[in-house]
Amino acid sequence: MKLDLILRVGVKLLLPFVLLFALYVQFHGELGPGGGFQAGVIAAGMVILYAIIFGVDAAKRIASQRMVEIMVPLGVLIFVGTGVAGLLLGKNFLDYSVLAHDPPHGRELGIFLVELGVLITVSGTMTVLFYTFSERGR
Amino acid sequence: MVLLTLLAAVTIGVVRTRSLFGVIALVSAYSFLMASVMIVLDAPDVAMTEAAVGAGVSTVLLLATLHLTGSMEYPRPRKAYLPLFVAAGTGAAIVWGTYDLPPFGTADAPIHKHVAPRYLEKSIQETMVPNVVTSVLADYRSYDTLGETTVIFTAGIGVLLLLKGRRRRQQDKSVEGSTT
Repeated sequence: MKLDLILRVGVKLLLPFVLLFALYVQFHGELGPGGGFQAGVIAAGMVILYAIIFGVDAAKRIASQRMVEIMVPLGVLIFVGTGVAGLLLGKNFLDYSVLAHDPPHGRELGIFLVELGVLITVSGTMTVLFYTFSERGR
Repeated sequence: MVLLTLLAAVTIGVVRTRSLFGVIALVSAYSFLMASVMIVLDAPDVAMTEAAVGAGVSTVLLLATLHLTGSMEYPRPRKAYLPLFVAAGTGAAIVWGTYDLPPFGTADAPIHKHVAPRYLEKSIQETMVPNVVTSVLADYRSYDTLGETTVIFTAGIGVLLLLKGRRRRQQDKSVEGSTT
């Protein structure tokens, strides 16, 4: 772990751009290719890369075990909550058209929320999988 | 065509390689080739998923699994004629099935006639989202996406329960053993 100077410096340079790319894929998913699933995997990839180079303990300081474990159900809850919100406002489950002042804006908002839920669940699950596997090996 | 040939070559490599490290590297290469195929087919969303999940995260997870198990495959006990026959038969049936499909890229194939035109025409009007893939995924077909998210959730919970829980129980047992 002491001789991999190039990897350490390179990864440190790369990390902010990976995270930025994940956010770009997430919030630009409406316009270009991408969406919650891809962005979640890229964000989790960033944490995993960090964990591989600097060790799992260092990675747990930026994304703690507890946080990622909470993220796994939180995303599903956001997704279902968006659906139930439509239900409570008098439409069908997962009908977003009542979430804003007119149907198209509501559906845009609904898509945004749903993609956010997917992002949180996917990145949380991928990170938790990696943490669990790497801890078993020790 | 070049990509498909490379895919076939990588597949043969995966089957023939004995070292599991080599197999994982080849599987990762296979995913990247598959992503390139998706780009050629004008499906950047799928290509992105394939590159991120197939070549990225699943490679890391497979390597982590390798860390828990051994890295060499046991030699095959005997020649496997029956599995070979089953695989060849299934492959032949699938290829036979493709003869009834409309030629690739036909504009008036049934799949393009049903709901696809409506999505393409109304997506921006109804959802204000220019990327039709996103609007179909998260709005028109959101039940499917909810299902997928739940599957990922279940997978995460399952791994946590199986791997983490057993470890804790072993620790408890060792603690109990030492006190009694």
